[in-house]
Amino acid sequence: MPSRPDTPAITLRNLTLGYERHPAVHHLSLRIEPGSMVAVVGPNGAGKSTLIRALAGELAPLDGSLDGLAGHRIAWLPQHSGLDAGFPIDVRGMVAMGLWHRTGALGRFTAEHRRLCDEALAAVGLAGFETRGLDTLSGGQLQRARFARLILQDAPVVLLDEPFAAVDQRTTDELLTVLHRWQREGRTVVAVLHDLPQVRAHFPLTLLLAREPVAWGPTAEVLTAANWDRAQRLREPFDDQAGVCEASPAGTAAPPLPAAGHGLHHHGHGHAHGHGHDHAHDHHHAATPEARS
Amino acid sequence: MNLTEWLFGPFIEFGFMRQALLGCIALALSAAPVGVFLMLRRMSLMGDAMAHAILPGAAIGYLLFGLSLAAMTVGGIVAGLAVAIGSGLVARNTLIREDTSLAAFYLLSLALGVLIVSVRGNSVDLLHVLFGTVLALDDAALTLLWSITGVTLLTLFLIRRPLILECLDPGFLRQVSGLSPLAHYGFLALLVINLVAGFHALGTLMAVGIMVLPAASARFWVRGVGALLLTATGIALAAAVGGLLVSYHADWPTSPVIVLGLGGVYLLSMAFAPRGVLAQRRAVHSHLRA
Repeated sequence: MPSRPDTPAITLRNLTLGYERHPAVHHLSLRIEPGSMVAVVGPNGAGKSTLIRALAGELAPLDGSLDGLAGHRIAWLPQHSGLDAGFPIDVRGMVAMGLWHRTGALGRFTAEHRRLCDEALAAVGLAGFETRGLDTLSGGQLQRARFARLILQDAPVVLLDEPFAAVDQRTTDELLTVLHRWQREGRTVVAVLHDLPQVRAHFPLTLLLAREPVAWGPTAEVLTAANWDRAQRLREPFDDQAGVCEASPAGTAAPPLPAAGHGLHHHGHGHAHGHGHDHAHDHHHAATPEARS
Repeated sequence: MNLTEWLFGPFIEFGFMRQALLGCIALALSAAPVGVFLMLRRMSLMGDAMAHAILPGAAIGYLLFGLSLAAMTVGGIVAGLAVAIGSGLVARNTLIREDTSLAAFYLLSLALGVLIVSVRGNSVDLLHVLFGTVLALDDAALTLLWSITGVTLLTLFLIRRPLILECLDPGFLRQVSGLSPLAHYGFLALLVINLVAGFHALGTLMAVGIMVLPAASARFWVRGVGALLLTATGIALAAAVGGLLVSYHADWPTSPVIVLGLGGVYLLSMAFAPRGVLAQRRAVHSHLRA
């Protein structure tokens, strides 16, 4: 796998993350090699967004360690961006924010910068939109503009939280090519996703998370019916309404998954901490294999 | 009286009108750009709250030193910054949100100010505080207004990028730089000194008018931050000078005339400007017919 010299390996050792001392993710140990393309999947409230926030440096570990990212620039697209789409600025001006690492607060915006902006817009299919007002863009076009900004950030690590949750299929397909380009350029891409067929088609590596790691490795080995079922059952003790640790019979908690291999034997700890609060900011539908297939 | 006389006569004839003119120009150049960012940050009402928060500082300055420009200025700035920083700290560190926190602080501040002015002042002083003294600006006051204008324009130029980002996408600003607090508190400080400048000229009640109304009017005419800044400043200048003349010739109080003029510009812009109500309706109709 080609790698930019500045792309770090990311190492998590027994990582525990949470809010106000309520753990949301436990005992996560894994190593992401430079230039990997990783999908993070799991049921609602599994801690996916929490993990991404921690990787982005927004959240300090409660326990364990997260190494490799310090000192590296990270481009991060949160699920709920605070972008004011009614702000009176044109599309080029908005994506130009991605050049902050070059211009800073006072540096000049040069013809070269302008060219980079227009190239990034062309790469996300927004050529011709340079001087359009941000308030005239559709949801999908706005997401394309956010991706153009990510391109301009030119970071060795790109973190995405449900980047395709609210965009149409065509936009999704075109933005996926941007993700592949990043990987070819040797960047590490970590994306929280809910569309399992999409994960199978595009992401070589997958982490299945349900408050603790259920499975991690090559996507085909991770996304099995048995693993998915385990993930659903692990999640339940944390539900407000669910009884503690009452495992549902196999096959009823999860929609049927086409068997893609053997379920990985689980080495996790499986203890129910019974923290009812779900701070994971995970408002999207549970991942289902049928989604968008 | 011909038009030339009407326009220039008062300024040629009277020194106090020339002083007032210079004061109004300084205020318009400074307050209008601050108002544009206030609007872009969706903080227009906060500007109004802050204007009230300044009152007790000015009142305490007045209480201790009489009708002293320096004392009332320093008092106003201290009170304004205390409310801005205090409400910001409460909002960031407790379960009270920013709007409630600010409302609590400014009400406390306002009540204190009204109490001090009513117990210790007389009604002439009260009118000074409420409606300003644009027709009685001395050299010291003018120096203060122009200094505030200089500081404001220079600071806005220096923090323009973080400030725009703080309005457009605050999460992204925090991601790429540590300048978010500078943009936030730096801008609040500019807001406070401009409200104090406005308070000397137009009074506490009207000071925020020359910030909010030109920005809101400009939004109907132009797109883009640069164009908004220029248009709002132009509107503020025209209304301030026009208001000064009308109030002189009609013998009306100056600051309400200026703010009413700005209000008139706002209503006309909303109706007739290229991005106003009528133009939007015409666009929809022609679209439906097409």
